Amino acid sequence: MSKTITIKKGLNINLVGEAAKTITVVEAEMFAIKPSDFHGVFPKILVNEGDTVKVGTQLFFDKYRENIKFTSPVSGKITELRRGAKRVLLEIKIQSDSTNDFVDFGKSDPNNLNREQIVERLLESGVWPMIRQRPYNVIANPDHNPKSIFISGFDSAPLAPDYNLIVEGQNAAFQTGIDALKKLTDGKIHLNLQQGVSSSTVFTHCKNVEINYFNGLHPAGNVGVQINKLSPINKGDIIWHVRPSEVLTIGKLFLEGRFNAERIIALTGSEVIKPHYVKTKIGAMARNLTQNNVASGKLRYISGNPLSGIKIDREGYLGYYDSQMTILPEGDYSEFFGWALPGFGKYSFSRTFLSWLGSGKKKYRLDTNIHGGHRAFVITGQYEKVFPFDIYPMQLLKAIMAKNIDQMENLGIYEVVEEDFALCEFIDTSKTEMQAIVREGLDFLRKEMN
Amino acid sequence: MKTLRQFLDNNKPKFEKGGKYEKFKSTFDAFETFLFVPDKVTFKGSHIRDVIDMKRTMSVVIIALVPALLFGMWNVGYQYHLSTGEQATFFGNFWFGFIKVLPIIIVSYVSGLAVEFIFAQYRGHEVNEGFLVSGILIPMIVPVTTPLWMVAVATIFAVVIGKEAFGGTGMNIFNPALLTRAFLFFAYPAQMSGDKVWVYGLDSGAKTVDGFSGATPLGNAGLELFDKIPPMMDMFIGTIPGSVGETSKIAILIGAAILLITGIGSWRIMLSTILGAVGITLLFNVVAANRYMEIDPLTHLMMGGFLFGAVFMATDPVTAAQTNRGKWIYGILIGVMAILIRVLNPAYPEGMMLAILLMNTFAPLIDHYVIQANIAKRLKRSKLIVNN
Repeated sequence: MSKTITIKKGLNINLVGEAAKTITVVEAEMFAIKPSDFHGVFPKILVNEGDTVKVGTQLFFDKYRENIKFTSPVSGKITELRRGAKRVLLEIKIQSDSTNDFVDFGKSDPNNLNREQIVERLLESGVWPMIRQRPYNVIANPDHNPKSIFISGFDSAPLAPDYNLIVEGQNAAFQTGIDALKKLTDGKIHLNLQQGVSSSTVFTHCKNVEINYFNGLHPAGNVGVQINKLSPINKGDIIWHVRPSEVLTIGKLFLEGRFNAERIIALTGSEVIKPHYVKTKIGAMARNLTQNNVASGKLRYISGNPLSGIKIDREGYLGYYDSQMTILPEGDYSEFFGWALPGFGKYSFSRTFLSWLGSGKKKYRLDTNIHGGHRAFVITGQYEKVFPFDIYPMQLLKAIMAKNIDQMENLGIYEVVEEDFALCEFIDTSKTEMQAIVREGLDFLRKEMN
Repeated sequence: MKTLRQFLDNNKPKFEKGGKYEKFKSTFDAFETFLFVPDKVTFKGSHIRDVIDMKRTMSVVIIALVPALLFGMWNVGYQYHLSTGEQATFFGNFWFGFIKVLPIIIVSYVSGLAVEFIFAQYRGHEVNEGFLVSGILIPMIVPVTTPLWMVAVATIFAVVIGKEAFGGTGMNIFNPALLTRAFLFFAYPAQMSGDKVWVYGLDSGAKTVDGFSGATPLGNAGLELFDKIPPMMDMFIGTIPGSVGETSKIAILIGAAILLITGIGSWRIMLSTILGAVGITLLFNVVAANRYMEIDPLTHLMMGGFLFGAVFMATDPVTAAQTNRGKWIYGILIGVMAILIRVLNPAYPEGMMLAILLMNTFAPLIDHYVIQANIAKRLKRSKLIVNN
């Protein structure tokens, strides 16, 4: 029996630059895998600069969990292993030769394989890292049997890609992916769709899943919110989650016998001249994707959405899990008496700027200015308005800052990840870096618990 | 504007570490960010941010206070001229009050901000905007006759002991403005209570017209002179003696509307404080053991600083309860305590100040129990699953 759940606490931020529903194919030249996309992974590198790799060739594995391997999304040559401070590996850059030579993992029907065989194949092909677990938002442990697996069938973040477009026509791959995932858990696979829009038949006709509907405001599409409403995480629970485009990759591993890293990416943001979708592969270079399609001026390139994406630059690369790239104007200007002006046309969740008198349908072109200085927590009750969990956000943040493990657990840290605090951070009067605090808390807790 | 920006940019290095004036970095920052919203951009977390900041929030509160302040200035002049029997124009009344109140505002700001700037520099923080509100609240909750040196001493006491000792804005337990008033009330009772302090000139024994007492409605009620309580309309408009900002209920309600529409003031606290007061008053009306208990709820809301406290003091987000459920409990208890003190303890004519300070003390405890309930719910949920 499918349920409909309405998220009332939240905020939809209307921004300029939503992607038009057309897809162009881009043959990008440069790709990269960034170990920083995988929380808690310590890379042991297996390739050298100048090596030739195929699609599916192993690049590195996790020092702490050696069976978790990461493979190349394209065929070509390793051009650089870029390192940062303390020789931390930042990027493995690969120049594509466009031949798509691939390592053959063999076609098969997951319904005829047992759990061990499926896990083995996912690990060998480097597809396993697409399965992530809550709590902590890290790559799943193949030895666990999760309570359930969640798939959010829509993204509610500002300018988010339309997953219906991304999966369109790929019924077979999606169903095969689900069939493979079904073997990994004794629990259910939850597929959560948006109420009130006509979802793709890829989702609605899918078997072996329990479909529930969500409507209301962002963060309704965050998988963490959906888990919290349907099957909240208690201490010791493990839940896995996968995004629809990653289900397709899992399905194609079995259908085609190869690591198919194809991604449809939404190019969004006010500074993209023609926002639309592009078909490329995991880890494509921003410059290759946005050629001649960005406005002039100082720009912020974001892999992901404006609230929880990662800052990259024009020469940077798309994140492993992202289906969206956003380009916004930088906000490095100072504004004369900006805090005192009436503020028509400025975006604020509060009603302290007169812009709230205008129409609610206006689309905004927001930049990256912080709009104020960092302060201690002063205003109370504002975060609760955009935070749909039964959790006290400010108190949890304070517990994390104090590194008080008992209190963090008591206040529900296992139920959240950094993206769930993105809206609180957006509306925050005190300009606290909440997502960073939550991430630090999760990393700290994971270290203490293991 | 451009030349101003250039001037700031040219002088900035002198205030950085190693510069000539590095001891004044916080001060420089405070003035720079006052003039210009800084050019800082996000580098982690959400890339876009709401335009609201602490300066905006605090300036909304100040705007909300302006009607009550302006009326208070006019009323100072009006009451003075009433006491002397002189005729004065509207503007004459206002100007008289303006001249009397302005020095208190200046002293309160200068002494409080001086402490804030010193502590900000010492801690290496930016100067917090919290005192911009406290600094205007203080002149509004004291009698106009308060000597300026007392204002300065009390303000410095409240900011140092009540706020900075706890770690600055956001960490304080007591509302700094109320602490200032409490300090004055207990340290200098002669200048803070009685019939002679509320109207300018009375304290120095100036000649008054016959029949003018200068007593506040609460003062009269405390002495059981219930027939001397002014008509409801006078108390609503505010043409009565009292602290500078508290007399006009209509001006306070305008301020309340500004706080509620912008969402800066908590409607939960305002509403629950009033509900608490009305509830206990109705109970007293039923008991009716003496005439003070028979006073109706509306009169209670109109007398003294109750409404001012409910709208501007109890809602201070730092010292109030911080959880939504806690805010209801906190507000109701303030309302109940304020009326209890008024009616049952004749030594203190006005109970609002003490009621809010008392509940400031209990706010963390209230929050603690509200949060414990949330924790218990989470634990129960996990136990249920273990048992199945």
